[in-house]
Amino acid sequence: MTSVTSPPRGGTAGAEAHGGPGAAEPGGPEAEGALQEAFDAAVAADERIEPRDWMPDAYRSTLIRQIAQHAHSEIIGMQPEANWITRAPSLRRKAILMAKVQDEAGHGLYLYGAAETLGASREELLDKLHDGRQKYSSIFNYPTLTWADVGAIGWLVDGAAITNQVPLCRCSYGPYARAMVRICKEESFHQRQGYELLLALARGTEAQCAMAQDAVDRWWWPSLMMFGPPDDESAHSAQSMAWKIKRHSNDELRQRFVDICVPQAEALGLTLPDPDLRWNEERGHWDFGAIDWEEFRQVLKGNGPCNEQRLRRRRTAHENGAWVREAAAAHAAKHAARSAS
Amino acid sequence: MTATAPQSLATLPLGDDALILSQRLGEWAGHAPVLEEEVALANIALDLLGQARALYAGLSDVLGSEDEIAYLREERAFRNCQLVEQPNGDFAHTIVRQLFFSAYQQPLYARLAPVLPLAAKAVRETAYHRDHAEQWTVRLGDGTEESHARTQRAADALWRYTDELFEPIEGLEVEWQELAEEWKADIREVFGRAGLTVPQGPGKDAWAAGAGRQGLHTEPFGRLLAEMQHLHRSHPGATW
Repeated sequence: MTSVTSPPRGGTAGAEAHGGPGAAEPGGPEAEGALQEAFDAAVAADERIEPRDWMPDAYRSTLIRQIAQHAHSEIIGMQPEANWITRAPSLRRKAILMAKVQDEAGHGLYLYGAAETLGASREELLDKLHDGRQKYSSIFNYPTLTWADVGAIGWLVDGAAITNQVPLCRCSYGPYARAMVRICKEESFHQRQGYELLLALARGTEAQCAMAQDAVDRWWWPSLMMFGPPDDESAHSAQSMAWKIKRHSNDELRQRFVDICVPQAEALGLTLPDPDLRWNEERGHWDFGAIDWEEFRQVLKGNGPCNEQRLRRRRTAHENGAWVREAAAAHAAKHAARSAS
Repeated sequence: MTATAPQSLATLPLGDDALILSQRLGEWAGHAPVLEEEVALANIALDLLGQARALYAGLSDVLGSEDEIAYLREERAFRNCQLVEQPNGDFAHTIVRQLFFSAYQQPLYARLAPVLPLAAKAVRETAYHRDHAEQWTVRLGDGTEESHARTQRAADALWRYTDELFEPIEGLEVEWQELAEEWKADIREVFGRAGLTVPQGPGKDAWAAGAGRQGLHTEPFGRLLAEMQHLHRSHPGATW
């Protein structure tokens, strides 16, 4: 979408925009109406909205919320896996895991960058994460208790993330869509590595095989919860679908994920912990059992096994890094002053 | 440049240096002061791990697979210098440790490049590690009173581990004295720009490191190995 650009608002255009009411725009309500029409037409025509294009405030704030939550999930998600870097049982696996955790930091960087194009600074978003005003994916509130959990996260958690994220590569907001293209490529690499890790365990000793099964038993249901509440209870879904930020419903994506995983579990020689799992010829999909949404709500509310630990670790890293960031800023200022004189 | 091809186990200390420093840097994951440093520290750790694996691969005829070398040796069999096994401490401590090590590893690999294929490849990586540590040393030394004090404390604490870097490694034909002088000049230059004082070093009677290459390590090293090796050793013969 390049035909309509927003009226100039000075250097902090985005920062003002996501708070300010649209009616206060220069040009008044009529111009606003034209901008809205152009925006709606662009979305309807599957064109991309770019940072300098006019967009409704609610679209902007929805995107900021979603991108920030995604960015926070990447950096909080480093913790459960980093938990095993120092203990990885082979040098090859250690290298793969380190690279994966590094990729997650990189994804965090792209995503905070995408949010910045909407006028939200990384600092402001991190503050919101740290004081609980913004969320991250609840899946990372579960602990990684054994090495096999690293594989289960790769296979199931990254697998669910990819199912959720591939459609975002076609999201209406350009910078987010482009970030997702790159992220999805790396995520699918991670997912294959996780699957391959589990395969090595499943084909390994009895103890390794048991470790793999135990991890899948613990991660299966939380992975299904990653798609969010059922469609009829999902708070933000309808508007996001209309804006083409979201392309498929939570339940559609969840079903797609289950259909992909069942044959993969079979190939691994592992079982999925759901006695109600069976092929439904009529639907052409796998039926699965009821999800414990009470558990989901509890974890979301902060009562999961690791909520407190994850956030505390994040805050501590940030606080411990404050003097480093201050030093870098002070040095840059001194350096600039010296260069100027 | 008087290097000739390294003899049998001569590259083991180099591999152990790389593995152990990589292990330490891996502990930073999720704890770095800014997101860019999560990426940078992991990158350096990965480079070092790659170097260790390549060096161990060259020793497999004598010592077995890379995992046997990393996971099944006891503490006394490791030949890394004591500098790399020192705990991370704060970010200044990690940066100064990296500067001291990379300012040694980079010219060492440059000298070994003609005779050691890994060194030829890794010398570019080590130059980047050195540059990263140098930039942060200058930022921290020059930044605020607190960052200056922390960085100076780190330098003072780690200085005693630096003489050991220039103890000749048997089988590596290197002008160690010349390397040491180059290193000291390099550190003096960086510290000068950072406004830091080059430590005087431990007094004549004080303890200084010097035995890592002979397999004598410091107390924190045992815990590092325990953590690194535990899972592998718990499943003898398993493949991962």
